[in-house]
Order: sequence, then structure tokens, then C-alpha cells
Amino acid sequence: MESGALRRTALHEAHLALGARMVPFGGFEMPVQYTSILKEHDAVRNRAGLFDLSHMGQFALRGADVGSWAESLTVNTVANMKPGQARYNIFTNARGGAHDDVIFYRLDETRWLLVVNASNAEKMWDVVSGARAGDVRLENLHGERALIAIQGPRSVEWLQPHVEHDLAGMKYYSCAETRVRGGVPVVIARTGYTGEDGFEIFLASDAATGVWDLLLAENRARGLEPCGLGARDVLRLEAGMPLYGHEMDEEITPLQAGLSWAIKFDKPEFVGKEALLAQREAADYARIVGLTMEGRVPARAGYAVLRDGERSGEIRSGSWGPSVGKNVATALVDASAAEPGTALEVEVRGARHAASVVPLPFYKRPKR
Amino acid sequence: MAQSNVPEGLLYSKEHEWVRVEGDVATVGITDYAQASLGDIVYVELPRVGATLSASSSIGVVESVKAVSDVYTPVGGEVVGINDGLEGDPAAVNRDPYGDGWFYRVRLADVGQTNDLLTPQQYEQLIAEA
Repeated sequence: MESGALRRTALHEAHLALGARMVPFGGFEMPVQYTSILKEHDAVRNRAGLFDLSHMGQFALRGADVGSWAESLTVNTVANMKPGQARYNIFTNARGGAHDDVIFYRLDETRWLLVVNASNAEKMWDVVSGARAGDVRLENLHGERALIAIQGPRSVEWLQPHVEHDLAGMKYYSCAETRVRGGVPVVIARTGYTGEDGFEIFLASDAATGVWDLLLAENRARGLEPCGLGARDVLRLEAGMPLYGHEMDEEITPLQAGLSWAIKFDKPEFVGKEALLAQREAADYARIVGLTMEGRVPARAGYAVLRDGERSGEIRSGSWGPSVGKNVATALVDASAAEPGTALEVEVRGARHAASVVPLPFYKRPKR
Repeated sequence: MAQSNVPEGLLYSKEHEWVRVEGDVATVGITDYAQASLGDIVYVELPRVGATLSASSSIGVVESVKAVSDVYTPVGGEVVGINDGLEGDPAAVNRDPYGDGWFYRVRLADVGQTNDLLTPQQYEQLIAEA
């Protein structure tokens, strides 16, 4: 999938000018880091960081039937969303596995924005366009619109001077159509993937560099850092947020991923409902847990997890967790090994290293 | 990437290690270029004291926040010392790759083997072309 010509976002030149190290991701050439993952992570936890997320899939959905149509394809409710609301959701397959985890943004009665993972954008376009029914019109904006996120406790303070809409008054998981820089139309949402307060700004590609450069010019001296995908992955892991392909995929169901809060079993029907009900009933399914490593050796995706010397599962994501002060990981383990406090071992290059099951998330932002 | 520091008085390998030879003992670490390429280092796995290393073999790993990389020893011989300080402070490799960030010391099995290593000028050439 990473082969062939890589696409570039509207901010490509800005990334190069900032000295970013670029890597292939989801078919795009993306910044993995600018200065240091730890420095960028620190900026987001303590001040704010700026992210280019223009590689993510954006689909415009229009029509009177979008809500009810999407209900049947996903585990969470959609039709009861009010204009100005955003909601996390998961498109499922018939086995209850996940096609993708997504966010629906309802702009008004008939206009919606659906944001999907970059790595799943083509598959998800096939899923939604293949299932199209009733008054539902779809437009694939992937790579044609930009997405900039500002994440961290100073986000309101640093973004507000450039936005007409009142940001402090926005609820978490709300969205609004407004303007930046005295005229550029944008959708702003109080959403993110870092565990911090922050906003995501959806805008036309030709306006992206202006907004990016303005925010950095005004705030970099105060500690706003451009942040790459490396810091983003560490931030989301600490915050206990799943990454598609790691904590969830076509085989690992949302139930296994610990996302039962997002599954509305009282909906009349949705793809995979029967399978998920059966899985919940049986209750013996392998599940995603958080692990902290006792020593300094990081656990990495794919490493075996053992309990009492027997294989019990495998690591799905792992990193040093700067806000935790330990190496942290997620693992898919047998139900019997999932209780917080359970002592496990992780096999690293032939040696076993002690780890404990801990509740997710690893990190919660302090009340300010 | 900023200009890498390539000190005089050391020898270098194509795998971006440096070697300081004093008599028949060689001290080994990774270069400034290597630490900058790897990014923030969070763990270094070193050989044990007393182990016998053969030149060019994989003898440990260095892990950054996101990636695990093998370390290939540029010289062979018996390990006579390791940098215990890296256990608690792996970031020393980023901060001071030629000083506090050293990895291990080897009593050279054959002093002549260092003839195959690169001079500072040759190594600078190598990273300029990378």
C-alpha cells in the first residue's frame, strides 16, 4: 500500500521548511517528527502542538437520510445527533470486526462530515458508496481538503484570536462552521487524538499554509511546536485511544477493543450486531488491556505476552510513555489474564520481562 | 539535519559506530549522526561483561521512542566494560554520544582489525552521501 507515488498534503513545503523528517503513511508523505518526539509530546501535554492531519479521509455526506442510513452500518447512534455535534463511531463487518473507527460531524440538518483513517480511506469509500441508499449523497474529499489540529492546554488561548466562533464555549465533541483569518470558511471541532483539550480545523487546501504559518508565527516563541505522527502515536497510546490496525481491525471487534460504551445494542439492527451480541454473551473473548513494563525494556507490537509461562496474547502497541514514566503497551490477551493487577511477562528477544495489567487510559489530563 | 559532529582521534564504521583505541582496548559507541537519525533514545541493550564478540555481529539494540535498531560491533574481542549509566539515563546517547553515551569496551582480539575502519574524513564523506 505504501508503494507507488506518495501524495503530498498542502502543507508539504511548510514541513520541509521546518526540517521535518518525512515518512510514507497511509499513501501520503507525512512528517513523523520535526525536532524530537519527546519535545513535541511535551509541548502538547503542557502547552500546545500543531498537527497536519490532511492525510485523513474526509467524506462529505448530504441528504435527509444520512442519519438513519449510517445507523445501520455502525455501532453507535447517528440519527439522534444534533447539528453542531461530533460523535465517535465504528463501521463494522458481519463478524463484528471493525472496518474503521471514525468521527461523524453533523454540520446542519442535511450536511455531515465523516472522517476516516488515512490507511482505510479507500476501503471506507467502497464501504459507504457500496451501501448508499435513500437520500444520501457522498463526496470523497480525501486529499482535497486540509485538516490542521491544535492540541494542548493552551489551544483555546492561541487559536481564539484567529477564529470568529467562541471556542471556550464549545463543548468537547462539538463542531461549528465559522471563519478564520477574517474570511476563510472552516469547520472547527473540539476533538482530538492526544488526550488533551484541542481543536481540529477542516479547511480548503489552499488556505492551509496561511493558517499553519500564522499560528506558528504567533505562538512558537511561547512554546507551540509543530508535531509529527510519532508524537501523535505516543500521545494517543497514553490516552488509551485505539489505533486502527493495532487495537482494532477487521478481526478484533470493538467489544474486544474495550469500546463497549460506543456499541448501542438497543439499536434495532446494525451490521455485525448478532456477532457482537454472541461475543458479549460468551464473555470469554480475548481483549485489549493496558500493560506497564516493570523495567526499562520497551514492549513492541507483535511481542508475545505470557502468563505463568504460557502464551496468553501479544503486544499490539508499545512505547516509552513520557507522561507515565514507564514503558506502556496495549496487548490482546485471554480473558483470564485481563484483570488489572495481573502479573504477565513480555518476551523480548528471547528474554522475559515483567509487566502488569493496568486500567486504561495510562494518562488522564489534569483538571485545570 | 544539522551538521553532525565527527571528532578527530576516533575511528568509525559504516554502521555509524565510533571506536576509540587505547592500547589493545577499544571503546565503542554510536555516532552523533546515528543518535540524531534515531531520535530520542529510551533503551540500550548492551552485551555482558566477559562476552566474546565477533566483529560485525549484532550484539544488542538501541531503541528510540518509535523504533528498535540493531547494534553491530565494529570490533571483535572480549567485553571488559559496559556503560551501566545508560540503564537509567539512555538519553545520554543523544546528549553526549562520544562521552557519557559510550556503549562498551572490548579487549581487541586482533589489534589489526581496526585497519578496516574509517577515518573521520572517510566517515564524513559517508554521511555526506547518505
